[in-house]
Amino acid sequence: MTETFITIFLVFMILAAVVALEARELLSTVIAVGAVGFMLSVIFLFLRAPDIAIVQIVVEILTLVILVRATISRDTHFFEDEREFFPFAINIVMIMVFLIFAFWAVKTLPRFGLNFSKVAPYYLTKGLAQTGAANIVTSVILDYRAYDTLGEATVLFTAVLGAVALLRRKAKAAENKNG
Amino acid sequence: MDKKNGSRNLQDETRYGNPEINGMSEIVKNVCIWVEGFIFLFGCYIVLFGHLTPGGGFAGGVIAAGSFILITLAFGRGRIEKIIGRRKSSILDSLGALMFLFIGWAGIYTGGVFFSNFIQKKFGSMPFRFLSAGNIPLINIAIGIKVMSAIFLVFFVLSITRVVLRGDKLEMVRKK
Repeated sequence: MTETFITIFLVFMILAAVVALEARELLSTVIAVGAVGFMLSVIFLFLRAPDIAIVQIVVEILTLVILVRATISRDTHFFEDEREFFPFAINIVMIMVFLIFAFWAVKTLPRFGLNFSKVAPYYLTKGLAQTGAANIVTSVILDYRAYDTLGEATVLFTAVLGAVALLRRKAKAAENKNG
Repeated sequence: MDKKNGSRNLQDETRYGNPEINGMSEIVKNVCIWVEGFIFLFGCYIVLFGHLTPGGGFAGGVIAAGSFILITLAFGRGRIEKIIGRRKSSILDSLGALMFLFIGWAGIYTGGVFFSNFIQKKFGSMPFRFLSAGNIPLINIAIGIKVMSAIFLVFFVLSITRVVLRGDKLEMVRKK
């Protein structure tokens, strides 16, 4: 049953992604990308992962707000050029090659929902006693795998560092002094 | 007027003034005043109860940043710079990262390994209580502060700069 729902949502996600690629106006592209993200969060809810669903829906809303703000404050842009044939053909060929290899790779994956890892039962049975956290997801990402989370925090920190350093106010003054 | 070239933008500016400085209409401002505190409080709740209910530092931090972004969109730049400006939020960002690192280092100092849950090991706790799970709530708070200020900072920096065509190359300048 869950699989059927997820397949339906995946089809809708693919449709929304195609709309996002093919839309003429930038604003409709942004809204179609938002639709992809919201359907993904619904899929996470069907898979019983509320933690990920909350993060996905909140980040999607913020991204949508930032993108809509960025596209509306600029001039509304229309794409009118025809797509060139050669890059399009290369894309199609690369996708075909990927699908041929992915066909064999996917066959070796475990079946949907099948639990084959040995760590997961360990976390589920001993997580509460060892960490004291009722939310097992939190106990994994902040206790057993806290080093991973530190890496993620570093990624975010580096992203902010890049944004602030690139868009700072003094860049123009220094450039004028040199040139 | 050229219809393709930003007719919506021009209409908005004549009707409401410049939305980047004066903010949006009176209705949006009133609703924002009612809602902003509750959104921030909900973010804090998600952060503080991350070890008991779904959510955690990242989700709660993003929700709290959403309240600041709401204020920026509704009131323009003036009001948000009084609450949490660029300097304050960059200090908070670094503070959250350092707090996270310090908790990990304290694990080495007391328990022997990086990120060892030393509070839980030393004192233990009743599960399903607010004060439980050792240093997991502390890490959640650190991540919450960090993510909140980082996401707000990215939005703020992006919203005060604008790409303009000067000569024949694109330049990033600060909005007036």
